[in-house]
Amino acid sequence: MARFAMVIDTKKCVGCMDCVVACKTENDVPEGFNRDWLAYETIGKFPNLHQENRSERCNHCDNPPCVYCCPCGASYISSLGGIVLVDQNKCSGCKACIAACPYNARFIHPVGYASKCTFCEHRVKHGGKPACVEVCPTHCMYFGDLDDPMSDVAQLLKARKYHTLIPEAGTEPNVYYLI
Amino acid sequence: MKLTRRKFLEISSATFAGAALSQNLISNIKSNDTDELGIRKVPTYCNICFWKCGAIAYVRDGKLWKIEGNPLDPLSNGRLCPRGSGGVGMHYDPDRLKAPLIRKGNRGDEKWVVATWDEALNYIADKMLKIKETYGPESIALFNHGIGGNFLKHTLRAFGVINIVAPSFAQCRGPREIGFELTFGDYIGSPERTDIRNTKCLALIGSHLGENMHNTQVQDFAKAIENGASIIVVDPRFSIAAGKAKYYLPIKPGTDLALLLSWMNVLVTENLYDRDFVDKYGWGFESFKNEISAYTPEWAYIQTGITPEQIRNTARELALHKPASLVHPGRHVNWYGNDTQRSRAIALVNALLGNWNRKGGFFKPAEMKIPKYPYPPYPESQREKADNPDNKYPFISEEGLTNGIREATLTEKPYPIKGWFVYGTNLIESMPNQLETIEAINKLDLLVAIDVIPSEITSWADVVLPEAVYLERFDDISVNSFYLPFALIRQPVVNPPNEQKPGWWIAKKLAEKLNLNEYFPWTDIEEYLKYRIESAGYSYDEFKSKGIIFGEKQPIYDNEGVKQEFFTPSGKVEFYSNQLAEYGFDPIPRYIPPDDPPPGYFRLLFGRAPVHTFSQTQTNRILRDMMNENEVWINSDIANRIGIKSGDYIRLKNQDGIISNKVKVKATQKIRGDCVYMVHGFGHRSKALSGAYMRGASDAELITKYKIDPIMGGTGMNVNFVTILMED
Repeated sequence: MARFAMVIDTKKCVGCMDCVVACKTENDVPEGFNRDWLAYETIGKFPNLHQENRSERCNHCDNPPCVYCCPCGASYISSLGGIVLVDQNKCSGCKACIAACPYNARFIHPVGYASKCTFCEHRVKHGGKPACVEVCPTHCMYFGDLDDPMSDVAQLLKARKYHTLIPEAGTEPNVYYLI
Repeated sequence: MKLTRRKFLEISSATFAGAALSQNLISNIKSNDTDELGIRKVPTYCNICFWKCGAIAYVRDGKLWKIEGNPLDPLSNGRLCPRGSGGVGMHYDPDRLKAPLIRKGNRGDEKWVVATWDEALNYIADKMLKIKETYGPESIALFNHGIGGNFLKHTLRAFGVINIVAPSFAQCRGPREIGFELTFGDYIGSPERTDIRNTKCLALIGSHLGENMHNTQVQDFAKAIENGASIIVVDPRFSIAAGKAKYYLPIKPGTDLALLLSWMNVLVTENLYDRDFVDKYGWGFESFKNEISAYTPEWAYIQTGITPEQIRNTARELALHKPASLVHPGRHVNWYGNDTQRSRAIALVNALLGNWNRKGGFFKPAEMKIPKYPYPPYPESQREKADNPDNKYPFISEEGLTNGIREATLTEKPYPIKGWFVYGTNLIESMPNQLETIEAINKLDLLVAIDVIPSEITSWADVVLPEAVYLERFDDISVNSFYLPFALIRQPVVNPPNEQKPGWWIAKKLAEKLNLNEYFPWTDIEEYLKYRIESAGYSYDEFKSKGIIFGEKQPIYDNEGVKQEFFTPSGKVEFYSNQLAEYGFDPIPRYIPPDDPPPGYFRLLFGRAPVHTFSQTQTNRILRDMMNENEVWINSDIANRIGIKSGDYIRLKNQDGIISNKVKVKATQKIRGDCVYMVHGFGHRSKALSGAYMRGASDAELITKYKIDPIMGGTGMNVNFVTILMED
C-alpha cells in the first residue's frame, strides 16, 4: 500500500492562500469554512526576524485519534495510501473527532457531518494530485508516496531539513514542512 | 441552527438560481463540448486583476465550478493566483449590479430607478449630445481601467472624446515608466520585462511580491529563491518578501533615494560597476560620477537608518552577480512626489550593473503583433487634452493624468469638463483626496459608471450600467509581449445571471444611439475577433479551442542578438539627462528628505493583500472567506506603550482631522515604529456592497494630502500622517 504524504517548502511559500481558494472551489467548501489555512509564524525582534509561512490542513496521521474516537465508524483510514476520510453517511456530527484532533483540522459541514481535507482523494485515485498542490504559484507543495523512494516527497525528506506539527501528540502526521 | 442536507441543497441552489435560469443560452457557446462527467472546459483569460492570465473555466452540470490556469499560457503556467482561482465568486456575488440604474434624489444617496437598457442608454446619449452642443465633445472624459474598456473607448473616441485617462499612470506606475524612459529610452511595461526567474540577485524597494500577487512575478520570485538567488528587501515593514531575504534593510520611509544614491556611490568608488557597459553605452557618466561622490554610505546612514556596513554589503552583493542582478522598478510607485527621480535612480543602479537586455536583468520583450480592426478614423479635435494644460508636467504618457481631469473639472480650465464615464475603476478609492473627487463630480452634468459590482463611484453616478463579469463575455484580444509573444482570447463560460451585458455590447448600443453606426461595421463581436485573428494569419477556431496563439520566438538578450539600442536623445543610457535639465529638473537625481511625522503621528503606508484586487473584490464570497477586513499594522512595542493589542479596534485620524472607520489592530514586530500600514481596498461606505460595507478602514479616505511629481504629474500618496483614536 502506498503511504501518501505532503511536503511543503516553507522557504518558497509566500502565504498567498491560493491553496485555500483552490480547495474551496474544487471541493465546494461552503462559505464560512475552509479545509486548509495559512499559519504565519514570526520570531525575533524588529528588524531581526524570522518568518515561516505554512499551509496547514489535516495531517492524515498514521496514528489518527479522530479515527480511534469516532463512535460511528465514520472516520476511517482509506486503503488509498492511508488517507484519513469521513464517511458522510455514517457520521452523526457528534464532534468527538473535532475534540480529538490536535490540529483543529475538522469542522461540521452545514449539512451536519464532519468535514476536512481529503488529500483530494477523488483526484488522487485517478493519478492526480490535490488541488492545492496543483495550483500553488510558488510550486512549494509536493505530494506523493513516501514508500516510493524515488518520489519527490521521499527525496525531499532525504535531502532537506524538515519538521512536522505537534509531533509530541504522537499522531505521526504526514504533512512535512521543509525549513 | 443545524441545517439538514435537503435545506442546504435548497440554499445552494437558491444562490445559483440566476445561473440556472440562463442555461438555455449557454448552448450558444460552441468552443468546448461537455464530457461524459457533465464537465465542460472553456479557455479564457482572467480579469480579476490587470495581469490577465490565461485560464480554463470548468462548468459542471451547467454551473460555473472552478477556474484553473491554462497550462499553455506563459503568464499563469497553468496556475492562477488566489484571486484568479477565486474568480468564481465574482459570478455568484449576490452584491452584483443587476440592471441599469438611473439616479433619483441626490448624488451619493444611492437611490435609483431601475431602468431598461434602452432607457439608460437614451438618457446617456441625450446628455452627451447636450454637452457636445454646449461645450464640445472634449468636455466628456473617460476614466478607464483595464482591457474591458476598449470598446467604450472606441465609441467615445468616435464621438470626439479626447480626454481618456487611467489611474494606472498617475496613481500607480507612471514614475517608473518615465524614470526608465528618461534613462534607457524605453518603458518597463506590463507584464514587466524583469528577468526575475534568471536573476542571481534581486533587490526589492518597497515592492512586496507575494503580497502583491502578480502571478508570473511571484512564480519567478519563488524560482529565484529556489535557485539560491540573493534577495535584498528594502521596506519599512518586514514583508513576506523580507522573510525570504538574505538582507533586510528596514529603511526609514521616504528615504529610498538616499540609499540608491549611496549604492551608486559604492558601485562607482569601489569600481564594482560594469565599466564595459558604461563606457560603451553611458552618457554623461563623468558628471554623474562627480555628483554622487558626496553620497557616501555614512551620509546615507543618517538619512535612511541603514548602517554603512549594510549599504556596502548590499551594493557589493548586487555587483557580485552582475549582470544577472536586478533592482526591481516596482509597480505602484507614486509615493512621495519625487518618484520619477527615485525611479530614475533605480534605473541608474541597474545601468551600473549593466543588466539591460541581459539575462537575469531586464530582457527585451518579444513583440506580439495583431492587426487592429480597420475602423474609420476618429474625428479630429482642435483642442489640447485637458489633463495637462500647457504641458505643465512635461513627461506624461498617453494614459494621461486622472488628477488633471479632476482639476480641469473643478476649475473649468482649460475648458469645462461636464461628463465623466468611469469604467472599471472605483475612482473614489483610487484617487487621493476624496473630497476633491466629490466636488468635481458635483460640477458634472453626467456621470456614468460601468462596472460589475457597486462601489463608491457607482454610488455617486447618475447612471450605472451593469457589465457582465469576464466569465460571461467576449472581450478584446489580450496581446502580450513577454518572454514569448502570445495572445489570449476571452470568451463566455456562463451567461450573466440578470440584465448584465458585455462591455462590447454596451459600447455598440451606445454608438447606435449616437448615430455612430459606421464605427461598428460588425454586428457580433466574434466577427471583430475573427477578423483580427485571421488577418494575423491564425485560425480563429484554434484560438477559441486552445485559448492562446503564439508569435514567433525572438531573441530577448543581447547575447542572443538583441541590439543594445537606447531611444534617448543621446542614443545612450543617460546618466545625465539633458531632457530633465532643459525643463529645470535635476539632471542627476538629488536627494530631498521627506517631512517627518509630527509627534504622536505615524506615516500612513498602504499595500496589497494576495487575495484582493484594489477595492474591487471585497464582496467576492470566496475571497472574503480568505480576508474579510483589513488590519492596521503597528509596531508592538509602540502598541504596548499606548495600551492597545492585536484584535482591538481603533480608529485612525489624519493630519486634516479625517477619522477612519474602526479597524482592527495588528500589533507586530514586523514594522518600524514611525509608520503604520494597512491593506488597501477595505472600509467600503457604499451600502450596496452588503458583503463589505464598513468592514475595516479605507486608506484612501485618510489620504487627503498628496504631493504631485513635477516631472510626470502623478500623485505621491505616502505623505499622510495618522494618529490613533481608541474605540470604546
